[in-house]
Amino acid sequence: MSTRTAPRPGCDVDFGYSVLRPRTPWWSARIPVRLVCLALLLGAAAVLMGLLAITLGDYPLTLGEVFTTLTGAGEDFHRMIVLDWRAPVAAAAVVFGALLGIGGAIFQSLTRNPLGSPDIIGFDAGAYFAVVITILVLGSGGYWSVATAALAGGLLTACAVYLLAYRRGIQGFRLIVVGIGVSAMLGSANAYLITRAEIDDAMTVGFWGAGTITRVTWTGMVPAAALGCAIILAATALARSLRQLELGDDAATTQGIAVNSARLGLIVTGVATTALVTAAAGPIGFIALVAPQLARRITRSAGVSMFSAAMMGALLLTAAHLLSLAVAQVYRPVPVGLITVCLGGIYLIWLLMREARRHNGVMP
Amino acid sequence: MRLSAESITIGYDRKIISEDLSVEVPEDSFTAIIGPNGCGKSTLLRALARVLTPSAGEVLLDGKAVQQYRSKELAQRLGLLPQSSLAPDGIRVADLVSRGRAPHQGLFQQWQASDEEAVNAALQATKLTELSGRLVDELSGGQRQRVWVAMLLAQQTSIMLLDEPTTFLDIAHQYELMELFRGFHEQGKTVVTVLHDLNQAARYADHLIVMRDGRVIATGHPQDVITGEMVEEVFGLRSLVVPDPVTGTPSVVPLDPRTATATEAS
Ligand SMILES: Nc1ncnc2c1ncn2[C@@H]1O[C@H](COP(=O)(O)OP(=O)(O)O)[C@@H](O)[C@H]1O
Ligand SMILES: [Mg+2]
Repeated sequence: MSTRTAPRPGCDVDFGYSVLRPRTPWWSARIPVRLVCLALLLGAAAVLMGLLAITLGDYPLTLGEVFTTLTGAGEDFHRMIVLDWRAPVAAAAVVFGALLGIGGAIFQSLTRNPLGSPDIIGFDAGAYFAVVITILVLGSGGYWSVATAALAGGLLTACAVYLLAYRRGIQGFRLIVVGIGVSAMLGSANAYLITRAEIDDAMTVGFWGAGTITRVTWTGMVPAAALGCAIILAATALARSLRQLELGDDAATTQGIAVNSARLGLIVTGVATTALVTAAAGPIGFIALVAPQLARRITRSAGVSMFSAAMMGALLLTAAHLLSLAVAQVYRPVPVGLITVCLGGIYLIWLLMREARRHNGVMP
Repeated sequence: MRLSAESITIGYDRKIISEDLSVEVPEDSFTAIIGPNGCGKSTLLRALARVLTPSAGEVLLDGKAVQQYRSKELAQRLGLLPQSSLAPDGIRVADLVSRGRAPHQGLFQQWQASDEEAVNAALQATKLTELSGRLVDELSGGQRQRVWVAMLLAQQTSIMLLDEPTTFLDIAHQYELMELFRGFHEQGKTVVTVLHDLNQAARYADHLIVMRDGRVIATGHPQDVITGEMVEEVFGLRSLVVPDPVTGTPSVVPLDPRTATATEAS
């Protein structure tokens, strides 16, 4: 395998940044060094935060104790705390964060808009509404009925928003405005239903609606991780199509992309990321919105990259998880979704103000 | 003849733009499509490139209906520069040009030596080698249009479809691009381009397709096609067609509407 970093003058293209060019008979690629290094660094930071999170709780452990236990040694009691209770939650923070980042990257790229993430365009509100209906009206609060309701509600809302925004094709900003409107409507319906509910049911709904990963167990995590792997594989296979679609449908088509099926595949994959996370943990807002854009700024990539968005998503959710555990130490447990909403809300306000300025600039 | 439309009906939603339209692009030609705004030039080009599927009739490439090609196979033979293109935020020149290599790449072969060579050659031909690491957003209009042309060139297709590639550019940059296309044609590519400047079309093209209201009004060599009657019929403009003092090709000089009758009488 020949790997060169510096471009050979006159032979290799100067991309304006350093590029690795691995070339073998069965595999060749063009690897942007900065993007990949930074993304891996973000991923490593996410794993480290996940490990730190395992030390925190009612029974604090040291990092050393966590390592010993993870490598298979240590006391039985530690094993139970670390392996059975806290590890699945930490793993969920990393995996779910990565999935949310991928979903956000897909939708922001398809809508060509930094606001176009599944949580903004109505997916979370739809999932929440369906769960509220299932628990409060149908009176069934088991894991599978909640997960199914979240999935169905999210998908139906996504379809409804898509159709309402459809006018000779889909235009990014329309999709977002319709999504925000539909979310607001569903939100008020939720609020009304909750005011009329029994206190216990209302608390169940409220807790789910805040988005929390602390109740994740291996039984829930294993199928989620398997599905997550399938989603990541699909996303990897579709990444090339997504990149060509950024150039517009006409260019993508004439560059050999089957535009309609590629877009459908990407939408299904993007919805699946959020669906999976929402079904397992409730709506965790703003990771999908923030991660791709933050990653883009740091890596200075062209457009959003699914890989760096995934790593940034993992880091953001583990950081929020760690913060929620730290808050629990001094105050009381706060769902991780509440933290992402608070921090993400600030980002959203900034982004909306910037977008409004931009649109005002175009059409005064 | 390599590319042709056989009695195609094309349009959007339920709105038909062209009905029973037949067009031929002669082999190895430099074909220019001319006609007033909104007459269906882009629509035709998109049908030829299989971006639009005709509701009747078919487009043939090398004797086979374009619908029967696999997407990649078609993209290796025929490329399109759309009328308006979108560049992702923060993309650099060489990155954008490299995207033209998509039809030659796969899941495992993403950047072979042939990709490097094609992109290098495209950058060189469009005089962008020095700018290859620059941000596309920071380039001038003329440079940016050359980047899009380079992307199409990197695709290494033998047929190039270009939709108004020179619109919005100043006159020097327009001729710079036209010379570039002439070079591609001389290297054996079939070039099909929508143009607004009739004098440019007459200078560079060896085959014209004249359209109005979704129909083809005339086709043939510019010398035969560009006449005062054609310009009046198609564009509603009264003009004098004289030999271009530099090239001898037909050149359209509009008459002054206030003195037109006087000129005619004299
Ligand atoms: N995406 C579209 N949807 C509906 N109508 C369209 C679309 N694009 C173009 N048209 C209409 O088709 C007609 C021909 O357009 P076009 O082929 O772009 O003309 P030209 O390129 O000759 O200026 C115009 O009347 C235009 O309004
Ligand atoms: Mg046009």
